[in-house]
Amino acid sequence: MNPTDRKYSKEHEWAKVEADGRVLVGITHYAQDQLGDIVFLDLPSPGDRVEQYKKLGEVESVKAVSDVFAPVSGQVVEVNPELAERPDLVNDDPLEKGWLARISSDTLEQDMDNLLTAEEYEAFLESEAH
Amino acid sequence: MTARQEDFRRLLMERSVPGRVGAILPTPDVPLQKLPDESLLRKDLDMPEVPEPEVVRYFTNLSQLNFSIDTHFYPLGSCTMKYNPKVNDEVAFLPGFAGIHPLQPDYQVQGALKLMSLVQDYLVEITGMAASSLAPLAGAQGELCGILMIQKRHQERGEGHRLKMLVPDSAHGTNPASAAMAGFRVVSIPTDGRGNCDLEALKKEATPDLAGMMITLPSTLGLFDQGIVEVCRVIHEAGGLVYADGANMNALLGQVKMGDLGFDVMHLNLHKTFSTPHGGGGPGAGPVCVQPVLQPYLPAPVVERRGADGRETYTLVTPEKTIGKVAASHGNFGVLARAYTYIRTLGDAGLRQVSENAVLNANYLLERLRKRYHFPFDRRCMHEVVLSADWQKEKGVRGLDAAKRLLDYGFHAPTMYFPLTVAEALLIEPTETESKETLDLFVEAMNAIDREAGEAPELAQGAPHTTPVRRLDEARAARRPDLRWQRDGG
Repeated sequence: MNPTDRKYSKEHEWAKVEADGRVLVGITHYAQDQLGDIVFLDLPSPGDRVEQYKKLGEVESVKAVSDVFAPVSGQVVEVNPELAERPDLVNDDPLEKGWLARISSDTLEQDMDNLLTAEEYEAFLESEAH
Repeated sequence: MTARQEDFRRLLMERSVPGRVGAILPTPDVPLQKLPDESLLRKDLDMPEVPEPEVVRYFTNLSQLNFSIDTHFYPLGSCTMKYNPKVNDEVAFLPGFAGIHPLQPDYQVQGALKLMSLVQDYLVEITGMAASSLAPLAGAQGELCGILMIQKRHQERGEGHRLKMLVPDSAHGTNPASAAMAGFRVVSIPTDGRGNCDLEALKKEATPDLAGMMITLPSTLGLFDQGIVEVCRVIHEAGGLVYADGANMNALLGQVKMGDLGFDVMHLNLHKTFSTPHGGGGPGAGPVCVQPVLQPYLPAPVVERRGADGRETYTLVTPEKTIGKVAASHGNFGVLARAYTYIRTLGDAGLRQVSENAVLNANYLLERLRKRYHFPFDRRCMHEVVLSADWQKEKGVRGLDAAKRLLDYGFHAPTMYFPLTVAEALLIEPTETESKETLDLFVEAMNAIDREAGEAPELAQGAPHTTPVRRLDEARAARRPDLRWQRDGG
């Protein structure tokens, strides 16, 4: 369920390095399931700087408003233009069509090293569920 | 769809027939005023033209579709939906109370001012504080008043740099919102494994920029913080002041004085603890009570009693360094009259019994439900109990589904997904006004829902099945809100 082509944070975000070296980020299936139906996303603007593990934006679901954290540091290149009209994409397809932002990271290798592999993330989910 | 359902869906505008009249206006008893210039008047204002019987039936039918405390058990956690005794209304409706105007001079309304003065005194006695103001119109407004007083005091002492407000993660959601609104920087303090405030995390935040802390006691986990005296001491030593959110006072009424624990300021929700109407049922009241240190800053006005020995007079005054007025006049008087009646009807022994029975009822539900619903703490709860539906979720029935299914069993749903720190939270507050028989029926319904989760989860997943309106699409309502009626269904 959590593909091995990307890495994960303990705050349930994923980061996937694309062919051109930029990083696509989003939230995991587990996160969207916990949040419930998402109704609104407050995301940064292209050009904004984000820091790894610091706030990237906010997700509002029918249950609550929650912070989303950036899995890597860098400059926001693009945010998913579909989400303004279709926030439900994050529920339906969090790993592909429901991506949140594209980040150009200047500390790519180090940031990616800090994150969990799919296997480690699943072990983390297991330990959280005790 | 039955005829009745069809009927309530037709709005008044859709029942309108040109020329039908619903009211005959009396002859004016004041001089006629000239209308403003024609260019300022709207010509496109749609008004429904409906006869009186249809208006009465329309609203009466709507009211009968409602779930209310007068019709159903309403265990909506943290809201203290207790029964509102009718004698409260009788007193509030007395012509001498109901017929007065907020701008009448003090000498004409001495009885009403005396009532307010007594309510101030009672709340001071109940909370163990030094003074109170009845001005705030709701709990969240009381919160804002409380922390604005803290802010003003820091500023007057030349300590305006104190802008950090601590809020435990088990607090009411309005606490961080109020602090942010007042211009504070909010820092969340985690809860330890017992459900208490994490003292080590707290001590790390006790820095020179600390303004204070806002604490909901008992917390929204329904737990009394066993380290509360130490928490207050740490904040005071760092130069901060401690605010108590009194929304959960139903657990402590007559048992604990917040002032004795070390709190400097708190608000009370008369529409929770003191049985005045709540939610859509009426305006709220969120009086604030303070220690002497904050008394000069109370929101205006407060009632001052002058003289003694049967010759007392009552005046509305403005405290010396007040944070200002927070409402057009002086609080929701009709609500104050109801709270006064409640306090006088019960007396001190009765008020103590309120909290005893509120805590007893919640613990009764906890003990009877914990075999089938996960209770994430190993201790007694206070006046409300937070259960998790995570065992049911494994069978495909989420907290939301269980809550909706309760409507089919004739109970209002509990608060869901709050507090945020408990997965699939169901926050259940029975209050003291429910009998054991009602609680037993509720337990049976909860147990039936758990059984159904194993045998036929689709029952809960599609619930409610018996209400006038079935499961609402909350996501669509939030994503594409339809807020305004338009002719021809636009």
